[in-house]
Amino acid sequence: MPFESLSDRLQDSLKKIKGQSQLTEANMDEMLREIRLALLEADVNFNVVKEFIKNTKEKALGQDVLGSLKPGQVVVKVVHDELVTLLGTEASELDLSRDMNVIMMVGLQGSGKTTTSGKIAKYLTDKKAKKPLLVAADIYRPAAVDQLVTLGKQLDIPVFEKGTDIKAEDIVTQALAYAKENHHDVVIVDTAGRLHIDEPLMQELRNIKEIAQPSDVLLVVDSLTGQDIVNVASSFHESLTITGAVLTKLDGDSRGGGALSIRHITGVPIKFIGTGEKLDAIDMFYPDRMADRILGMGDVVSLVEKVQDVYDEKDAMKTMNRMKQGTFGLDDMLEQMHQMKKLGPLSGVLKMIPGMPKIPEINDDDTDKKMKQTESIIFSMTPSERRDPSLLNAKRKERIAKGCGRTVADINKLLKQFEQSKLMMKQLSSLNPETGMPMTQGKSQFQVNPNRKKERHKKKKKK
Amino acid sequence: MGIFKRIKDSLVGQSTKQSEKYVAGLDKSRSSFSSKINELAARYRELDEDYFEELENILIMSDVGVSMVMTIVDEIKKEVRLQGIVDPKEINDIIVDKMFVIYANESYMTTKINEAKEGLTVILMVGVNGAGKTTTIAKLSNKLKQEGKSVMVAAGDTFRAGAIDQLATWASRLDIPCVKGKEGGDPSAVVFDAIEQAMASEVDVLICDTAGRLQNKVNLMNELEKMNRIIQRTIPEGPHETLLVIDATTGQNGVSQAKEFSKITDVTGLVLTKMDGTAKGGIVLSIKDELNIPVKFIGLGESLDDLEEFDLEQYIYGLCQNLMGE
Repeated sequence: MPFESLSDRLQDSLKKIKGQSQLTEANMDEMLREIRLALLEADVNFNVVKEFIKNTKEKALGQDVLGSLKPGQVVVKVVHDELVTLLGTEASELDLSRDMNVIMMVGLQGSGKTTTSGKIAKYLTDKKAKKPLLVAADIYRPAAVDQLVTLGKQLDIPVFEKGTDIKAEDIVTQALAYAKENHHDVVIVDTAGRLHIDEPLMQELRNIKEIAQPSDVLLVVDSLTGQDIVNVASSFHESLTITGAVLTKLDGDSRGGGALSIRHITGVPIKFIGTGEKLDAIDMFYPDRMADRILGMGDVVSLVEKVQDVYDEKDAMKTMNRMKQGTFGLDDMLEQMHQMKKLGPLSGVLKMIPGMPKIPEINDDDTDKKMKQTESIIFSMTPSERRDPSLLNAKRKERIAKGCGRTVADINKLLKQFEQSKLMMKQLSSLNPETGMPMTQGKSQFQVNPNRKKERHKKKKKK
Repeated sequence: MGIFKRIKDSLVGQSTKQSEKYVAGLDKSRSSFSSKINELAARYRELDEDYFEELENILIMSDVGVSMVMTIVDEIKKEVRLQGIVDPKEINDIIVDKMFVIYANESYMTTKINEAKEGLTVILMVGVNGAGKTTTIAKLSNKLKQEGKSVMVAAGDTFRAGAIDQLATWASRLDIPCVKGKEGGDPSAVVFDAIEQAMASEVDVLICDTAGRLQNKVNLMNELEKMNRIIQRTIPEGPHETLLVIDATTGQNGVSQAKEFSKITDVTGLVLTKMDGTAKGGIVLSIKDELNIPVKFIGLGESLDDLEEFDLEQYIYGLCQNLMGE
């Protein structure tokens, strides 16, 4: 998760002011210094930090502490508002208004242009029902064309390439004609990586821009970049008038303060963020959500959307009903675990929940491993055992242990865990959805336990 | 200010082609850094808190880590108080000296490749995505070849589309053998094959490419560990050199990269790439300070001979040339 450390730092510094009754110059200064350091360590450009601090201070000092608000809350609000202003207030989409939209990808070497081109092509195909054409205009780096061609094959999206013995400008000219002929409504031009001070190559980009008349020029920026991001962004912007930026490698542990800098220096929105090596690892950039996350305020909207994305409503209802009937079995638990897994690593999910950023670190590999163990145990059971774990006697447990290569103790542990989660779910399902209070006159006590017979049966046997 | 003056003296008059290119490549870093400090000196009549804050900011702008900057500035403040300096113009030497001392830190520095006493030398290249590993391998192979060594490369990046072709293209340009695997295959297998072939054909140096990986991806880091293990199985003291490739534009994350990669493999040196841009690569100071990993090479351009041995004197000399009144 990017920004994690930044939010930690800010939380610490805001805590210092929380206990105090008044916003004085002195306690503000200490806090602002902390914020300044945190932002600098997050690679936010120095000048941006300076301005940010200045604005925050001005606003916070002039602020009346209203009613029951605590001064700390006021500062949090001011800092938050400032961050939102800096990052922009709404998500920005690609301009797809024309019949044929050309998107030009530019940036330094190794920032991730080619991969991002592939990702955007996939995004446009899947989510926007477009028919994109990828154009390989990187004639300098060895095998750059092959890379795009391979990506195109993986995505099943056509790639226009003419080898490397031809000028990039000519490739683009031909590509445009080809696109028109074949009714492609989006053309994504992957250009070679170049340094912003390399005049001949920058001229090449200007030529391509002249030819292609792109609807979007996207600057691809590595989120690991430090202070130099300002030079890069401003030179590219000066010579090409970029329309947006893509921040890549945000799945790393960099704090990605560059997002703030780019926005501030060029004024263009960040349109996408790259969040992994797989081709669907691309997200829209939501400035307000990012600001929330920076401040450790959680990101509930993203979480809810994510849940909606992966959760199968019907399945969920089925499980819910079974829960209510008390026939919640081990396979249901497994099902739920799988759904959770689809949300991504647990630590990431937890971080989106407000008030949670202070939890101890979760080792995602450990949770993954445990999940696999649980899976193997459950898969070694017969379907009836899964539905009704009370069937499990010592002999059955031994068989299962052999089947999954674990010990009986492991199985017992799992069963105990299952009982606990069952109990928790029962409590949850008996909550009144409107008040959040347990329903006192619920039917639950009268509900028939479908396993009742078996239990009685067992008792009899024992006797 | 002793040390640095002496170094400077030893440098003056040295006008090999190499140092010219070095200085040219560093030109942008130097001019912005030192002209800023000079400007600073001109602006302030005396050394007060404001001056030091500005100095702090200038260092931060060069991507030197924040805590490192604090250390440097504190040291300078101490020295200034000790010597009773008030004129900003006199402080420049101290700044340069302090940076030098902090980087060197009494450690043994070498930019030579650590070679096997006999038999095959294995070099492993690691780094995050897009740092410039494959290009650096080509440059390094070229350099070793010019030194009269026989070189083989192994295309251990089986993940990124086109990565194998990229290395193969370089290899054929250099006319050196390249061991390839299947795209999407196990990179350890490629490395294993490469070692066997390298031993059989008795080449001097084998350079293994790896896929770029972000240092917080545990599975990918485990894969790297496995490659390391495979090398050690055949050659117990290998890899003789593990070079972490870092992009000069990298900010504070560079320290984290160095830390995490060091946990998995014994990183023996850094290669600082893309130093021909405007980035200053100041993060190497922090990395050296925290992990004691020296920079061995720097990349100054896109052609094959744009790789130079890192020369601390020249690096700092380059950064601070204007300071010394030249």
